[in-house]
Amino acid sequence: MLAVEDVTGLRGGRVLFRNLSFRVGAGSALSLEGANGTGKTSLLRMLAGLLAPASGAIRFGQVSEAEERGKFVGWLGHHDALKAQMTVAETLAFFARLHGGGETGPAMEAAGLSRLAGLPGQYLSAGQKKRVALARLKLSGRPLWLMDEPLASLDGAGKALAAALVRDHCAGGGIAVIATHEPLGLECERLAL
Amino acid sequence: MRALLWRDIRLAARAGGSAMLALAFFAAVATLVPLGVGADLHLLARIAPGILWVAAVLAALLALDRLFQADFEDGSLDLLALSPLSLETVAVAKIAAHWLTTGLPLTLLSPLLAVLFGLKAIPALFVSLLVGTPAVSAIGAIGAGLTLSIRRGGLILPLIVLPLLAPAVIFGAGAVLAALDGLSNGALPLLGAFSFAACVLSPFATAAAVRLNLGS
Amino acid sequence: MLRYANPTRFLSLSRPLVPWLGTLALALLAGGLFLGLRVPPDYQQGETVRVMFIHVPAAWTAMMAYGLMAVASLVGLVWRHPLADQAAKAAAPLGALFTALGLVTGAIWGAPMWGTWWVWDGRLTSFLLLFFLYLGYIALWNAIEDETRAARAAAILALIGAVNLPVIEFSVDWWATLHQGESILRKGGPLISAVYLWPLFLMALGYTFAFFTLWLMRIETEILTRRARSLMMSAGEA
Repeated sequence: MLAVEDVTGLRGGRVLFRNLSFRVGAGSALSLEGANGTGKTSLLRMLAGLLAPASGAIRFGQVSEAEERGKFVGWLGHHDALKAQMTVAETLAFFARLHGGGETGPAMEAAGLSRLAGLPGQYLSAGQKKRVALARLKLSGRPLWLMDEPLASLDGAGKALAAALVRDHCAGGGIAVIATHEPLGLECERLAL
Repeated sequence: MRALLWRDIRLAARAGGSAMLALAFFAAVATLVPLGVGADLHLLARIAPGILWVAAVLAALLALDRLFQADFEDGSLDLLALSPLSLETVAVAKIAAHWLTTGLPLTLLSPLLAVLFGLKAIPALFVSLLVGTPAVSAIGAIGAGLTLSIRRGGLILPLIVLPLLAPAVIFGAGAVLAALDGLSNGALPLLGAFSFAACVLSPFATAAAVRLNLGS
Repeated sequence: MLRYANPTRFLSLSRPLVPWLGTLALALLAGGLFLGLRVPPDYQQGETVRVMFIHVPAAWTAMMAYGLMAVASLVGLVWRHPLADQAAKAAAPLGALFTALGLVTGAIWGAPMWGTWWVWDGRLTSFLLLFFLYLGYIALWNAIEDETRAARAAAILALIGAVNLPVIEFSVDWWATLHQGESILRKGGPLISAVYLWPLFLMALGYTFAFFTLWLMRIETEILTRRARSLMMSAGEA
């Protein structure tokens, strides 16, 4: 259960959002909507514990401290976090090792990347890079998924894939908070900033 | 943590990585200084400890601004911060990777350069660089963490870090000079203490700096 | 707008205080200089010993400024007090100024003895490194756009510098003795005569008060600049 209480966000002295409160229960998805610059990314970073809100509190379950909360987060950020010289397989393997081991095969399959496994990052299209990010999300095994514009650069099949991944995640009891311009094709609550 | 270490080493060692750059810089200094100063081997041998130590510090600084900045810009640093590793552990891994890809190769190359300068005290140079270059990586990492969000951070990083590295250069070159005179002036133990303190304290300061810059 | 409650109190305190401190500083400096000019010349250094009265207090003040900057940085970092951050930021250029003054006067003082304008004397070298520490600190403040982040980053740097400063001094001292060379800049060398102490003391006090005057003035300017900026920003929003 993700609880956000009275959170205020500032950027460069300007107020992005004030006294924001909401809850997302296990198995639910929340989509954050709003124009560019309304603070969706900042809010996601606050939820992840990377950025401190100007005021208010955020809790995930019983955990309120920022860095501890971060250990429950599966993060799909604005940038792809893909090294140009590392292949898809290496990137995912590194991530898996970082998170305590595990097989990367199933996640790669699920994201439709098996064919691209040996390709270095610099040769991937934007959509393919997003798929790698999605695979990474699945690999993390973390309960709280925070996704910043996951549908950007994805084609129809990719978008369906993303939606399917989120659906499965929520079905398994996970929570997803997604900042997006486009409709996800999912049952979810919506919050406009 | 070892996974991060290996990843960074591999990235630095590949084409476009920093390991080659540092070695090339070290070699360039070693070649240009005699061209600028004259071929008198007596003179070269006398200035060698200082020149080689300064070259080692500058070469190590070359790749330092990208230590965190590269990961910051492509979003990897966020993932590292959210990984099971603490930021302090991340800092240790990065410092170690930096040393292994700049400080250590420089140290290994130093006997060759010592020969070029006619410097006799090769073991002393080797040991002083071996002991002292970790301090350069450690203290440099703090600067890298502080400047990771600055676009042209590479320009301000040396200014911040160089005064802090003065003791390393002083003790490092001093140790070699002592060996040349056949004396022992306590420089090496002092260098060791400085390096040890730097390596122990730096991860905390570096993590604090990174944490600060992530919250943006 | 609770953030400005403390700065306002600060301004109400500093505004009346500054003229008094400034006048006191000027009086002390005038007194110190007067005595300094009347003091008999040193048997070894002649008239140039008088430069000591400008150089030594500058050196002390430069060190004190760094200490204050470090303390302010610590307060700003731990207690998140924005006034502390601004105090640290304001102290830096002053510290750099006094360090530069110390370097230049040190060179002037020693030139007749050394026969050259600069010597890698232990004290002067430590001082040069302190100057670079100040410059790095100021550069970091200016390089980071976000004020809060700049404050925290600079605070970390100031504290690292503070921890490292004794080490740097020690290593430079060690280095200086290694490469011999005497230092006439050693305080209390041949100049322990009480005649010299009085002007020195007055000048030191004068410098200290001058520093505090200028420091308070700079903090005021910082506060007012930030206010102006936030007013402009909210005007842009309206």
